[in-house]
Amino acid sequence: MKLHEYQSKFLFREYGIPIPQGRVAGAADEVQEIAAELGGVVVIKAQVHVGGRGKAGGVKVAKDAAEARRHAENILGMDIKGLRVEKVLVDPGADIRQEIYLAITNDRGARMPLIMASMEGGMDIEELNRERPEAIIREHVDPIMGLQDYQMTFIASAMGMPRAQWRSFGKILRGLYQCYVKSDAELAEINPLVITGDGELLAVDGKVIIDDNALFRQPALTAERDTSDEPESERQAREAGITYIKLDGQIGCMVNGAGLAMTTMDMTKLYGDADGIGPANFLDIGGGATPEQVAAALRIILSDDNVKCVLFNIFGGITRCDEVANGILTAYNEVKPDVPMVIRLQGTNAAEGNRIISEAQLPNIISAETLTEAAKRAVAAVKEGA
Amino acid sequence: MSILIDKSAKVLVQGITGRQGGFHAKLMMEYGADVVGGVTPGKGGEWFEGKPVFDTVRTAVQTTNADVSLVTVPARFAADAIMEAADAGIRLVICLTEHIPVADMMRVVAFCRARGARLLGPNCPGVMTPGQAKVGIIPAMVATAGNVGVVSKSGTLTYEVGFAMKNAGIGISTIVGIGGDPVIGTTFVEVLEMFENDPETEKIALLGEIGGSAEIVAADFIKNAMTKPVAAFIAGRSAPPGKRMGHAGAIVDGGEGSAEEKIQALEAAGARVAANPEEIPGLLA
Repeated sequence: MKLHEYQSKFLFREYGIPIPQGRVAGAADEVQEIAAELGGVVVIKAQVHVGGRGKAGGVKVAKDAAEARRHAENILGMDIKGLRVEKVLVDPGADIRQEIYLAITNDRGARMPLIMASMEGGMDIEELNRERPEAIIREHVDPIMGLQDYQMTFIASAMGMPRAQWRSFGKILRGLYQCYVKSDAELAEINPLVITGDGELLAVDGKVIIDDNALFRQPALTAERDTSDEPESERQAREAGITYIKLDGQIGCMVNGAGLAMTTMDMTKLYGDADGIGPANFLDIGGGATPEQVAAALRIILSDDNVKCVLFNIFGGITRCDEVANGILTAYNEVKPDVPMVIRLQGTNAAEGNRIISEAQLPNIISAETLTEAAKRAVAAVKEGA
Repeated sequence: MSILIDKSAKVLVQGITGRQGGFHAKLMMEYGADVVGGVTPGKGGEWFEGKPVFDTVRTAVQTTNADVSLVTVPARFAADAIMEAADAGIRLVICLTEHIPVADMMRVVAFCRARGARLLGPNCPGVMTPGQAKVGIIPAMVATAGNVGVVSKSGTLTYEVGFAMKNAGIGISTIVGIGGDPVIGTTFVEVLEMFENDPETEKIALLGEIGGSAEIVAADFIKNAMTKPVAAFIAGRSAPPGKRMGHAGAIVDGGEGSAEEKIQALEAAGARVAANPEEIPGLLA
């Protein structure tokens, strides 16, 4: 779960990390008030879950409250890469002497937390990593022991942090590590952390991503979830315990298991790409899917008007093919799909599942023995219907 | 021979009185695995299908000499269950549970290493040595005994490939599901090394997917340290970048973890990469 910039920075503040004294607003009037209160130069920043806000015109500097209001009128409601701006952060302008990058993330290869720090902050870290990887200091933290003082000294020294800032940098790094651990973050990033003209450190922009699997023990953060950029169909799927991601193709895929679901998508593209045919979605019904879940999944798949054929690929392990077959019948009678469905059931109780399907004698059902056959038949069905 | 488990493995099931744990414990016993007991805190002294249930892994190990444990407990309790097994001297801990927080797994992996226990998973289907034993949920019907080692991130995709191999008359030495989570106990490279050293294994099938860089590291190992031929498949060629595809690990961000770069690295290392998993048997023939 991604946090917005303002949520990330307010979270940092709880861990003693200095941030600009800004506030969030949803209306231009409010922005004007906040700017007047702060006085002087302010920055208006769109709060959306995408990168490149600045280039899209979602970040503007204003000399006074009146200008702040004009910018807010433009930014609020603006469309940035398909997302509507609902909120802006109004921060006092900072006197920036130097921009620093500082982040902690999960290094899955090393299976340890990784601290990354660079005196060349401000820019996109991926770009910096491509162009000048040596400018980024990397330090792993023992997940059992936690961050040690000598590691903070090493990082400050190796990155070239001026000595005058070592002490305050150490406090910020320790705060960020605490924040990362206590929030179950996958990423806790300050970019830029700035050194001001007065030599103070200030977290001017921030990004935090929380591990979805840990949300059960993060009630306060869970309450901050902003689902406004989540498509309706994906929200319905999440609530039904199904993983669904909408794509652009014509073949709706219903599969058990994430790896096999991706593979099934790949097969529709492998055999359909030449004719512009491909997967309409990723959908994993999970292990041990119930008839109700199958029905919910089918409804979600068919809510996409691009879908011209549905491909069921079930390899029963924990999932039982007879239960899936019953789910397909329930869903069929409820949803009455008007597109052909290719059904391939294999593994646990496959014979029983196939019998249930064939005895129901539904119109527009195409059966398949193998994955390859199923993908080819789904592609053919889309072509015939076109 | 085989890797990780054979007939002699003495297996505990943590969570044996649960629905999933009990269901799969029975299937494992039917397959021939030596399930010596189970662990469910608060249910010590009960029996499951003639096998004793213990409150703790420590007492279970003292009584049964178990050396392998299957963790089937829910995500909130799974990290603790794995550490309990490692602390009790279990040699191989296999964790089926999905949705364990990554922060917990980083600590657990370090703990297992310190205790000298090997962890497989989490979020994995387990291990099966056809004709001998299985620990986990891999269906018996997907493999016959033979000389190809299979290592995979994904459960059902493994069944798909095993089944296609069986239909083509190709047998398997051991199937190892390493799991699709971002942080796992045993990596592709560690399993490849075991297969390279296993006299019963002549060829290897590797099933990977988008996200992370484990397949790239595996490609390096294949190039530099392996003599046995490898066939591979990478799932997720059609996945758009930046989207999480079910498996916590299956996400492509920036340049790291796309199907194309993994396929290229594996091909450059001499592996034969299939565009369709049902072509794997042909590449192994």
